[in-house]
Amino acid sequence: MNDDAIWNWDTAWDVLPALLRGLVVTIEATVVGMVIASILGLLIALAMRAPTRWVRAPLRFVVDFIRMTPLLVQLVFVWLLLVDVPPLVIGFGVLGVHYATYMSEVYRAGIEAVPRGQWEAATALNLPKGRTWRAVILPQAIRNTLPGLGNYAVSMFKETPYLFAITVVEMYQAAQQYGALNFSYIEPLTLVGVLFLLVSYPTSLLVRRMEARLA
Amino acid sequence: MTNASNGTPAIEFKDVVKRFGDNVVLDKLNFSVAKGDRVTLIGPSGSGKTTILRLLMTLEEANGGLILIDGDPYTHEYKGDKWVDIPEKRRREVRKRVGMVFQQFNLFPNMTVLENIIEAPIHVLGKSKAEAVQRAEELLEQVGMTDKRDFKTNQLSGGQQQRVAIARALAMDPEILLLDEVTSALDPEIVADVLGVLREIARTTDITMLLVTHEMQFARDVSNRVLMFDHGKIVEEADPETMFTNPGHERTQEFLKAVLGN
Amino acid sequence: MSDDLQALIDSLPNLGSAVVVTLEMTIGGAALAMLVALVLGFGSRTRSLWVRGPSRVVIEFFRGTSLVVQIFWLFYVLPVFGFKMEALAVAIVALGLNYGAYAAEVVRGSIESVPTGQWEAATALNIGTFHKVRRVIFPQAWALMIPQLANLLIQLLKGSALAFYITLHDVYWWIDELQRDTRDTFFSYGVGLVIYFVIAYILTWGMNWAEERAKRRLGRGTRPRLRDVFGLKPGVPTEIARVKGGVA
Repeated sequence: MNDDAIWNWDTAWDVLPALLRGLVVTIEATVVGMVIASILGLLIALAMRAPTRWVRAPLRFVVDFIRMTPLLVQLVFVWLLLVDVPPLVIGFGVLGVHYATYMSEVYRAGIEAVPRGQWEAATALNLPKGRTWRAVILPQAIRNTLPGLGNYAVSMFKETPYLFAITVVEMYQAAQQYGALNFSYIEPLTLVGVLFLLVSYPTSLLVRRMEARLA
Repeated sequence: MTNASNGTPAIEFKDVVKRFGDNVVLDKLNFSVAKGDRVTLIGPSGSGKTTILRLLMTLEEANGGLILIDGDPYTHEYKGDKWVDIPEKRRREVRKRVGMVFQQFNLFPNMTVLENIIEAPIHVLGKSKAEAVQRAEELLEQVGMTDKRDFKTNQLSGGQQQRVAIARALAMDPEILLLDEVTSALDPEIVADVLGVLREIARTTDITMLLVTHEMQFARDVSNRVLMFDHGKIVEEADPETMFTNPGHERTQEFLKAVLGN
Repeated sequence: MSDDLQALIDSLPNLGSAVVVTLEMTIGGAALAMLVALVLGFGSRTRSLWVRGPSRVVIEFFRGTSLVVQIFWLFYVLPVFGFKMEALAVAIVALGLNYGAYAAEVVRGSIESVPTGQWEAATALNIGTFHKVRRVIFPQAWALMIPQLANLLIQLLKGSALAFYITLHDVYWWIDELQRDTRDTFFSYGVGLVIYFVIAYILTWGMNWAEERAKRRLGRGTRPRLRDVFGLKPGVPTEIARVKGGVA
């Protein structure tokens, strides 16, 4: 291989295994993060329907605060506070909570999109409230939220590189480490970009198809 | 065939073909409209009436044939044997002579009533603002909307919006005015207002008018010629009196019976 | 605690310049993003495949590769090819291209949501294409775009915190300094997050105001209630950067 060439295929092959290991961590973080976000998001959306403002207002504030401040800063903040917790676990938690605030909006919209007539029909059948939620409203609402969930999964996937800041060796951090060691950033960083594109583009195409089908 | 005055028809269709996918809407249609004519197109929905107006406004592209305005090729022409597009710049020259009023009014909601009317005269015809405003005020007076001059269009009722739309089209001084079911979206009690405005325009100007309408009485009052369409072809053509009282073709009889409901 | 306050007071002069850097990135990035969005948004709905194809590729490229990767790629790799940019320029370019690609979808979707009758009426008045878009279509699409653009603006502000890692002295840098001085993570990061929140709040407020204004110009606005202007509207995700359905 020509040493003067800007792009070196040997380097590219050399770094690829480390990047793929990073990709596994990236996907892990996305999956666990989204599971937390989905569950917590639903709980927030339900709590926001509480009859008293004393629940809604503080919760609204906390959700807005998390939603409107940088994920990166939140990650480092929690990581510095909880020194004994493994960084990857902090990554799961912070990603999950941050995206739960997004997901709560998706659920809210999904619940509101269930036609009024469904509530009225449940009342007419004299269904208890819990049963109405579980058997009538939520199944329809959650169907409405699937595209939002998919979109956020793609979005979170692309935000997992923030975990580099708390020493998690995901894809970007793997590239960074390799680059620092071998004084060559071109191949690792470019490959990371390509890998992101290879995973996120087909996934977002799938989500768009789902969106079109459910629309 | 027409009360042609000086030879060249205002509108001429020569073998015009229009397809939507496999559906042939106009199949080698030929007809012409003389200057100053008021022609009503009637026929069942899907018979191609509205398509004719939309072709004349370049909102649809023909698949074959020629459309001439005052004898000038409009959207396509033959170069030797080749049927070619006429570029937008030349189309615009011809399009200046044509105006249209839509079923859904299509006023610009980001502008006031007055701004809707003066926008094109200023920016397309190059009139001065003072001149455009003066003409707009005359037209608003004519359609009875003077007091709504500075309203946003969303604050107007459907009938009021349509009257503004008529004024907007007239502000461009078109030689040909296309009216596409202009009362279909209106509540029954205000249809008469809008038709009154149009009657007045028909009476006081010599604009060539081509209209698609379901208001048979209005068609009878305003037009001097009626064309009955079915499946993209003219099945009958007559003066309104004959067409509405003594139609010759079986399809026309059926259609009128269905529309007039007796 | 009083030590914390003393350190905070000492660091206030730096906070001013740090906020300026964050705002420079946010406003500069947003301006570039809007430019990119207009070019790609209109480009991706032209009839010519030679314009539409590349527009779509660029949009998908910048959406599909992570902002983190883009910013570091521009910072570490681009100089190898002989393009050396200042760190601030790197941040603005990365933020502008990334969020511009998202905003392009917003622009495209909003333009498509303007009823076809509006295009047709403008054609019937013989108004030329450029003028048609500028005077008739865009003002209507604009009102539809603002809520989603507001959301992207907040995302962009949040993304700008990355700039700390390419040597910029932004708000995050200031938080980090304060944490070093005080050794009090909860205090320093707490104050820092509040600063980000206040900036985001002011930006949201400005966008709400812009939205009310745009709606009023379409004759749809009512006099906005204080709650509408000061309230924080629920955001739409950056990924769902398409306008659903048309206007009624």
